Amino acid sequence: TLRLIYTTTALRKRNVGASGPEKYTEAFIKKQIEEFNLGKRHLANMMGEDPETFTQEDIDKAIAYLFPSGLFEKQARPMMKHPSEIFPEQRKIQWGEDGRPFHFLFYTGKQSYYSLMHETYEKLLNVQKHQDKLSAQDLLPQKEKRNLAGSRWLTKIELEEMLLEKLSDNDYLRFIQLLQKLMAMPCGDMEEKYIQKFSKEVPAQLQKVVIEPLKYDEQGVAFSTGEGTRKTAKATAIVYGNGTGKFTVNGIDILHYFTVLQDREQLLFPFQFLGRVGKHDTVCTVSGGGRSAQAGAIRLATAKALRSFVTEKEVEFMRQAGLLTRDPRVKERKKPGQEGARRKFTWKKR
Amino acid sequence: DDKLLSEPLGHPDFFNVKELFSLKDLFDARVHLGHKKGCRHRFMEPYIFGCRLDQDIIDLDQTMQHLQLALNFTAHVAYRKGIILFVSRKRQFSHLVESTARECGEYAHTRYWQGGLLTNAHIQFGPGVRLPDLLIFLSSLNNVFESHVAIRDAAKMNIPTVGVVDTNCNPCLITYPIPGNDDSPAAVELYCKLFRMAIIRAKDKRRQMEAFDELR
Repeated sequence: TLRLIYTTTALRKRNVGASGPEKYTEAFIKKQIEEFNLGKRHLANMMGEDPETFTQEDIDKAIAYLFPSGLFEKQARPMMKHPSEIFPEQRKIQWGEDGRPFHFLFYTGKQSYYSLMHETYEKLLNVQKHQDKLSAQDLLPQKEKRNLAGSRWLTKIELEEMLLEKLSDNDYLRFIQLLQKLMAMPCGDMEEKYIQKFSKEVPAQLQKVVIEPLKYDEQGVAFSTGEGTRKTAKATAIVYGNGTGKFTVNGIDILHYFTVLQDREQLLFPFQFLGRVGKHDTVCTVSGGGRSAQAGAIRLATAKALRSFVTEKEVEFMRQAGLLTRDPRVKERKKPGQEGARRKFTWKKR
Repeated sequence: DDKLLSEPLGHPDFFNVKELFSLKDLFDARVHLGHKKGCRHRFMEPYIFGCRLDQDIIDLDQTMQHLQLALNFTAHVAYRKGIILFVSRKRQFSHLVESTARECGEYAHTRYWQGGLLTNAHIQFGPGVRLPDLLIFLSSLNNVFESHVAIRDAAKMNIPTVGVVDTNCNPCLITYPIPGNDDSPAAVELYCKLFRMAIIRAKDKRRQMEAFDELR
């Protein structure tokens, strides 16, 4: 049998890609930062600006001017940013010169996650001890129900960014359960500061649609405006308070502009629904789209304008009738390999 | 430098670990209590004193000898600046073990053991890692009542092991087994206290000897 005695370094070299992404040393990043600052000053001189007050926006504009690029992907174009934004934050080497790692949980693999769990569990134990002491003297405080809707826990991705380590779903769940347990205890308010590090405020509630108040023109007549769109047609309508029910579109009366009965029915639907057919004068402008689209756009515009004249209950009725919804249907694009948007070519058996 | 390292090896008990514990302490911490007769492991029979009402009682005289050897060994490893890793898979004592390791300045691993931690270290951590020089098991079973993978891995990587073996554990691959209870909180707290004192003593002694060397 043959036995391999001599190997070259090329044969013994393990897979290069298996060592993971490149680790940048501190010296390298420092050099990059110095080069960036120098380059910023050079750029400012080139553009004739003051080097001291050259902001990131000025840099972006200058680079876009000096290196114009027609690429669609913004991140593929030439850019000049601070190295901390370009080089992702990484963990530097975890052990000192003598080989001893710095962190006491280094050998677990996920040191920051496990040290976080350790800390949180320690806080839990302290709170339990405190609680036991108080309950021995019967001084337990009553727990008030906290507002749950105002805050949320950090997401898994945000936690990963905070710890600079990959987490699994189970790990994340465990951590959130620990935090919830800590919060649920009567004396949990002691550690509120610590818990706040891992919770975020949920931003403002759903935007409520503001109904504009009535406006008054020179003669004291109440009026209000509304805008509407349908397919490619855009319309603006001005509805006057008193009136005989006249309806003008682009300076032309509706009888002459919309010859078909169906379109005029669409225009009068909001008034008919509210029972105010002959009571309002309307002047509108419309552009784009076709016959039906323009009619739909004006209908939406008038309905929006009428909201100011009407009680909130009736606004709710209008909304439920579908008068205030912008119709999202638009023409679907034609796909290659098919005759139209949905129609396929004729199938031939042979 | 040579004298620093070779001097402690001359004495049988250079760090005087015998005075850290006594038989009464072990008895009070309930170290002698084992599991029931049905759970007994065949290789633990030499260490068992007897059986009362189906519960095994561990021979504390043998435990004293083994404990003295183990503490002496850990003290020597700590004196020579070795890396010590505390391993335990008992959820009850995970926090205690991690705090003990942190106070000693050594390392702990009381979580799920990933397969290639010792054997595949160069790829998991990075080139140039230093592996632990001693593993201390405060419970040599994992959560499924089988022997911990780290015992086998340490034997593969030539890393000496010190471990507390209960009556249902396999003491085979552990270099310095300590037959004793690993389930009672009192017993585990006693072990943590003993290891901590031994390691701190050894480190202080090392600093003293280095100071003496520098003075000369």
